[in-house]
Amino acid sequence: MNAPKIAEDAGRARESLRTMWRIRRFEEAVEELYGRGLMHGTMHLSIGQEAVPTAVCQTLRRDDYITSTHRGHGHCIAKGADPESMMAELLAKETGYCRGRGGSMHIADTATGNLGANGIVAGGVPIAAGAALSASMRGTDQVAVCFHGDGALGEGAWHEAVVLAAMWRLPVVFLCEDNHYGMSMSSRRAFGLADLSDRARGYGIPGVSVDGNDLQAVHDAAAEAVGRARAGEGPSLVVATTYRWRGHSKSDKNLYRTREEIEEWRAQDPIVRFERAVLEAGTLTATDLEQIGQEVRSELRTAVQRAHAAPDARPDDLLESVYAEVDA
Amino acid sequence: MSEMTYAEAVRSALAIAMEQDERVFLMGEDVGTYGGAFGVTGDLIHRMGAQRIRDTTISELGIVGMGVGAAMTGMRPVVEIQFSDFSAQAMDQIANQAAKIHFMLGGAVSVPLVIRAPGGSGTGAAAQHSQSLEAWFTHVPGLKVVMPATADDAKGLLLAAIDDPNPVVVLEHKLLYRTSGPVREGAERTPLGVAAVPRRGTDLTIVATGVQVSRSLEAAEQLAQEGIEATVVDPRTLKPLDEETIAAEAIATGRVLLVQEAVRTLGFMSEVAALLSEGEAFVHLKAPIRRLTGLDVPIPYAPQLERAVVPQVEDIVAAAQTLVREW
Ligand SMILES: Cc1ncc(C[n+]2csc(CCOP(=O)(O)OP(=O)(O)O)c2C)c(N)n1
Ligand SMILES: [Mg+2]
Repeated sequence: MNAPKIAEDAGRARESLRTMWRIRRFEEAVEELYGRGLMHGTMHLSIGQEAVPTAVCQTLRRDDYITSTHRGHGHCIAKGADPESMMAELLAKETGYCRGRGGSMHIADTATGNLGANGIVAGGVPIAAGAALSASMRGTDQVAVCFHGDGALGEGAWHEAVVLAAMWRLPVVFLCEDNHYGMSMSSRRAFGLADLSDRARGYGIPGVSVDGNDLQAVHDAAAEAVGRARAGEGPSLVVATTYRWRGHSKSDKNLYRTREEIEEWRAQDPIVRFERAVLEAGTLTATDLEQIGQEVRSELRTAVQRAHAAPDARPDDLLESVYAEVDA
Repeated sequence: MSEMTYAEAVRSALAIAMEQDERVFLMGEDVGTYGGAFGVTGDLIHRMGAQRIRDTTISELGIVGMGVGAAMTGMRPVVEIQFSDFSAQAMDQIANQAAKIHFMLGGAVSVPLVIRAPGGSGTGAAAQHSQSLEAWFTHVPGLKVVMPATADDAKGLLLAAIDDPNPVVVLEHKLLYRTSGPVREGAERTPLGVAAVPRRGTDLTIVATGVQVSRSLEAAEQLAQEGIEATVVDPRTLKPLDEETIAAEAIATGRVLLVQEAVRTLGFMSEVAALLSEGEAFVHLKAPIRRLTGLDVPIPYAPQLERAVVPQVEDIVAAAQTLVREW
């Protein structure tokens, strides 16, 4: 590719770092609040996977769609959501994106094209294909990106959605975040493939695997697939190989993997790798990086404080919240 | 008797069934090394081996369907749906296959399959991980449905379900897993189709399922302090239902409060109300039958909202007071 690298462009490098740090600091804040008993429910953290949504969403327009997963904070932030409204949702506040009804697993910012996280593995896959169908029927050139985990490949919904999207050549990208495990099931063991993107061939669509901790590599693969979708050339499968640093959720004892394996992957920190590329390219200085980190830190601190101070979600109109109002 | 948690009781039943019958095996997501999403299977994989404690991919339709096929051909599978909400993925195999095959094939085969699935709210897991879906299963002829409310029944009903030649859906409640109680030793079964009456009173009869059984018992203690004595009936098996016991206990007090966590419309307790209205009990009732149910809404995330949509102890107390004082 001849296009300039993200790390060589000060503006894009800065934006990329900001987004990745925003995701990481958001996740860390969630983890801390949860640990202190200030947050309800469960949580699925994407620490270690930040490069994927950051890079993919850089290839999208604001009016493009994404569908997200239970591990969806990163997707939501990368597509442009406001961390304060996200935090308010997680803290069960009236000002949260879903007025406290959805929480982490159902967080959505429809204004930025995020059709929602999903508590159902592969639940978003047909929905993304449907959004792509809608875009093509409405004659727009919008694209839908379906973020899903490796585990989703085991679901019937994934198969059916990809079959239909391929038949109708819909503008959708199936973006598989292969973080090596679906809860405790290793993706290598589950699917018996050294390269999960081999799956694509059986559906008659292009498939590619990339190093998901390499921001540039994810960006390039996503840009190609999104470009193809926008040009009316149909769906693709992009597999971004990455790793989940934390447990699957709060109850994970990590019995299915070794400490060494986790350490090996922590050494592949996508943020550190990108910072190194930026420094090597001489685009930003160490002081710049320090400053970006500080800015995001204080932004997140403010977001948490303001979210805390917001009014609690109210139960009084729950019954009226179930059906959309019928126009008079 | 020995004291154990509800989760341990389920595990104990699984281990006993597997020791007694080599046809019994388990399939599900993360039931092996991980020990189950709620720790129910625990160390079973180390005791029984990976052939019999089978970790699957995330494929609910496949899991249940393979259970159906294995059950039709000489095995006694127990499958776990990680959250009962995901039975939606598997519903074809549950409702169209497992439930109907014995009937459709003129009785030539049976489907001795057990489907275990945790349900219920109270964990902040929101709308897709918190439902009480017993009415879905009870609505399908061919399925048996049980809802253990105590550790002893978690063990005894599961053992009976595994013995049964029909598909049995066992709905466990997430909030109960960590509660404990006395559990009978050995391989004692709790027969399917027999209700329990853990408390007897004279003023009203509370019929409750799942987590609402312990809430009703707690409410009954509070009511007793103000002189209201409640009977509590736990049907335990929803299908086949012990209508006789429910009717007899309703007649004995003349006032009936039906308590379920599930949403109101066409819930299991609607059926109980209908049965009581159609039967002999009707003429003995001093008051209209009263239902106390979850609101007709998806389970919200926020703790204050989640609490507000399902019956709590204080709601049961208040409903019972009204019923007794006004009638
Ligand atoms: C239909 C369904 N089955 C099972 C689950 C429980 N569950 C939630 S996340 C998860 C693992 C998903 O793995 P993957 O798709 O790889 O995503 P990751 O958690 O690794 O991000 C499981 C089994 C679920 N939410 N929905
Ligand atoms: Mg995964």
